[in-house]
Amino acid sequence: MANSQTTPGIVPGRLPADDIARNFTDLHAPLAPHEAAVAADRCYFCHDAPCMTACPTSIDIPLFIRQIGTGTPEAAAKTIFNQNILGGMCARVCPTETLCEEVCVRETAEGAPVEIGRLQRFATDRLMAKGVHPFERAAATGKRVAVVGAGPAGLSCAHRLAMLGHDVTIYEARAKAGGLNEYGIAAYKTPDGFAQAEVDWLMQIGGIEIVEGKRLGESLSLAGLQDDFDAVFLSIGLGGVNALRASGEDKANVTDAVGFIADLRQSSDLGALPVGRDVVVIGGGMTAVDAAIQSRKLGAENVTIVYRRGQEAMGASRYEQDLAAQNGVRLMFNLRPVAVHGNGAAAEIELEYTTVQDGTVTGTGETLRLRADQVFKAIGQTLTDAPEGLDLSGGKIAVTEAGRTSVAGVWAGGDCASGGDDLTVTAVAEGRDAAMDMHAVLVG
Amino acid sequence: MADLTTNFLGITSPNPFWLASAPPTDKEYNVRRAFEAGWGGVVWKTLGSEGPPVVNVNGPRYGAIYGADRRLLGLNNIELITDRPLQTNLEEITRVKRDYPDRALIVSIMVPCEEEAWKAILPMVEATGADGIELNFGCPHGMAERGMGSAVGQVPEYITMVTEWCKQYYSKPVIVKLTPNITDIRKPAQAAFKGNADAVSLINTINSITSVNLDLMAPEPTIDGKGTHGGYCGPAVKPIALNMVAEIARDAETRGKPISAIGGITTWRDAAEFMVMGAGNVQVCTAAMTYGFKVVQEMISGLSQWMDDKGYAATSDFIGAGVPNVTDWQYLNLNYITKARIDQDACIKCGRCYAACEDTSHQAISMSPDRVFEVQDDECVACNLCVDVCPVENCITMVELQPGEMDKRTGKPVPSEYANWTTHPNNPAAQAAE
Ligand SMILES: Cc1cc2nc3c(=O)[nH]c(=O)nc-3n(C[C@H](O)[C@H](O)[C@H](O)COP(=O)(O)OP(=O)(O)OC[C@H]3O[C@@H](n4cnc5c(N)ncnc54)[C@H](O)[C@@H]3O)c2cc1C
Ligand SMILES: Cc1cc2nc3c(=O)[nH]c(=O)nc-3n(C[C@H](O)[C@H](O)[C@H](O)COP(=O)(O)O)c2cc1C
Ligand code: SF4
Ligand code: SF4
Ligand code: SF4
Repeated sequence: MANSQTTPGIVPGRLPADDIARNFTDLHAPLAPHEAAVAADRCYFCHDAPCMTACPTSIDIPLFIRQIGTGTPEAAAKTIFNQNILGGMCARVCPTETLCEEVCVRETAEGAPVEIGRLQRFATDRLMAKGVHPFERAAATGKRVAVVGAGPAGLSCAHRLAMLGHDVTIYEARAKAGGLNEYGIAAYKTPDGFAQAEVDWLMQIGGIEIVEGKRLGESLSLAGLQDDFDAVFLSIGLGGVNALRASGEDKANVTDAVGFIADLRQSSDLGALPVGRDVVVIGGGMTAVDAAIQSRKLGAENVTIVYRRGQEAMGASRYEQDLAAQNGVRLMFNLRPVAVHGNGAAAEIELEYTTVQDGTVTGTGETLRLRADQVFKAIGQTLTDAPEGLDLSGGKIAVTEAGRTSVAGVWAGGDCASGGDDLTVTAVAEGRDAAMDMHAVLVG
Repeated sequence: MADLTTNFLGITSPNPFWLASAPPTDKEYNVRRAFEAGWGGVVWKTLGSEGPPVVNVNGPRYGAIYGADRRLLGLNNIELITDRPLQTNLEEITRVKRDYPDRALIVSIMVPCEEEAWKAILPMVEATGADGIELNFGCPHGMAERGMGSAVGQVPEYITMVTEWCKQYYSKPVIVKLTPNITDIRKPAQAAFKGNADAVSLINTINSITSVNLDLMAPEPTIDGKGTHGGYCGPAVKPIALNMVAEIARDAETRGKPISAIGGITTWRDAAEFMVMGAGNVQVCTAAMTYGFKVVQEMISGLSQWMDDKGYAATSDFIGAGVPNVTDWQYLNLNYITKARIDQDACIKCGRCYAACEDTSHQAISMSPDRVFEVQDDECVACNLCVDVCPVENCITMVELQPGEMDKRTGKPVPSEYANWTTHPNNPAAQAAE
């Protein structure tokens, strides 16, 4: 008999294939031309626009929206890509509700911002659909740069360097480029193979080689790269995850949310991807929300997010919390895991109520139990593989504003580097800015 | 990428977008910032004779017309020419031109209609090193009451006379700025070229009252309970300006003469349209006043994208390209027959086309009980009203009937040959067809 939402254990195919397919289509449908025209019309072309200041890559939002409004979305796309070469992905995954759209003057005035993210997608989709690349490389400088990690930070850095005339080799540990764009972002935010299509499109600039399956710390060393290249950019993201520190954590089916999402993103048949009946996700950030929502979309009967502080402290935005709730995810606050129970595999999770005083979480001693045949840990990622000899700060590679590490000739950016939020758009900005600084040093 | 460099009267500018003589070009501070923002040239705010400058009102100068969502569509103003001393302006012009040799800088002038007045100011302007002058025969308010501005622009003989003085006492290009407050724009244009003007620019603002304050019972803008007519500009005036530019561009006497187009230019597309209608470049005022200097960036990117798409390498490739296609009504092909077509997939069933056609046109759209709207070819005269009122772009289109196809309205097949009113049997003055 086919599986259903109530089939016990961790099983695939809880929903009919059609339902699963529908669940994983675009979260926001692309704007049709008329919708884009209406949305663009709402922009006031603000002076020194707050939205532009709020964008970590400082995209000239009023200009690109005006370019859409005057029938030149390709010019709009160029305005976007000038600042943010992954403007296509960012249009899909940026938490605009806490960035540009949060400060849009129409949000302030009417509670309804200009739909900047969707307009950005409208423009970038149009240019990318033409298959053309809007930039050309400057004259070759003869300089060679190694980039480690092909996530948004590495890709953005490599593209800018290539544009400036340098030759770039990207070393990537995984089998595919893209970083969390390919392995992490929720499937319904970037469906239809967009992440790889974007990498292919970006590579059209020329001068970038991606070597997959090469891991710094294994077949590569920083010293070796420093010898072989004129400069090195580290963008290795965060490879580790924090532990729960609850007893029974080692039981089967207590796993990392990021691993689950990576499997989901790489699955060619979501109907074959197993998921529990009673899923509990521990954590309060974007990863927790994404793991929870996607579990529900696969057909888990009960999905609960458990967060140890109050709702207002949650890392996921209010919009994302609401999205989780709309998808039938239960959000529980001020609870922390103390034990996972079960005979070999997880069956229940025991949670303790908490209070937060002066930022410190304290257990009250009162506990409750939830059914949990699958537990996902989404309580933050940690830096692994950081080469010896680099100063760290707050568990990340310490960098200056321009991305310089403590070692001359080595820059770093993205999630692995100190400063900035762990967001795709921030990684893009840091990669780009480091490239500009590297360029200044290389041709100095 | 397309090269936007434009040569107008031998004056080159990196793009065809100039700021018109008005507050945006009122002083050095503005003009420098405009150049930094990317404007190709400016026409400096109109200078008057030496001596105490004119004064402006100290209450509101502008009135406005809005579209949906308070979009500024038309602006009216009662501002006069510069209210700053002549010497100050001349010094500033000299400095700015020196620092921006690659940009066009034209000086707008309005002095009394006396030879001495022009003879006095022109050498001073010449000394600034500016690229040319523009004669403001256009402002319709305030100055006109003093025999200047549109008071000159409405008398072709004065235009010729003053232009001749300018050509005599000034060595660089002379542009004559025309007022639209006249019945036939070709006459002042002809008069300007008769006086050896190098170019005409148009339009200046149109006499207008934008609105009436129903509490004060006075026109806006209201100054202490009274108002006066002002000069209208902005997107709303574009169609009027476009026609006037086209009229001059195709007039037998002025055809091919340089025109600098002004009036409602807000986007790259407006600019392209004016240039296709014969303008060698464009001037902008209200768009800059509404959105700031940065608005030029969209004009630049849009025009170059369009030129790339069309394969135009330089602006000269398309300037005037549409002029041969502007003709008189009597030469339009009466055998060109179209019918409206509604794309049922695109139709959102609002019924606006029906209301328009049923109530005010030719009763050529049918409406079924389940709100399907269809064009009845036997009634459709192809007026285009339904296309214009339909909220969905490209939902209603005009489809051309091919020669030999039946026009169900007339019951006759579409003739293959061109035929116009001049030979039509109903025309009492028709010449024989053969
Ligand atoms: C589940 C999840 C959902 C997210 N959702 C969003 C979202 O919706 N919106 C948003 O803005 N942000 C989101 N983020 C955050 C965002 O994905 C990251 O901030 C961003 O990807 C960081 O980019 P990066 O280039 O620094 O690192 P990564 O994207 O992590 O890329 C690092 C790359 O380096 C490679 N690598 C690692 N170690 C080595 C090594 N030793 N040698 C060679 N290569 C190595 C990795 O394989 C990877 O390809 C999400 C994160 C997660 C985990
Ligand atoms: C406030 C204001 C002041 C103006 N002053 C002048 C002027 O001093 N001299 C002049 O030739 N035109 C003047 N104009 C007219 C403009 O140069 C321009 O011809 C007109 O505004 C139409 O262009 P637009 O639709 O782009 O605004 C003025 C316009 C405005 C709005
Ligand atoms: S803040 Fe809003 S209205 Fe203003 S420029 Fe940005 S998107 Fe447009
Ligand atoms: S635009 Fe500036 S000068 Fe004019 S009324 Fe407003 S604040 Fe005053
Ligand atoms: S106006 Fe357009 S959308 Fe409305 S009913 Fe007619 S065809 Fe349909």
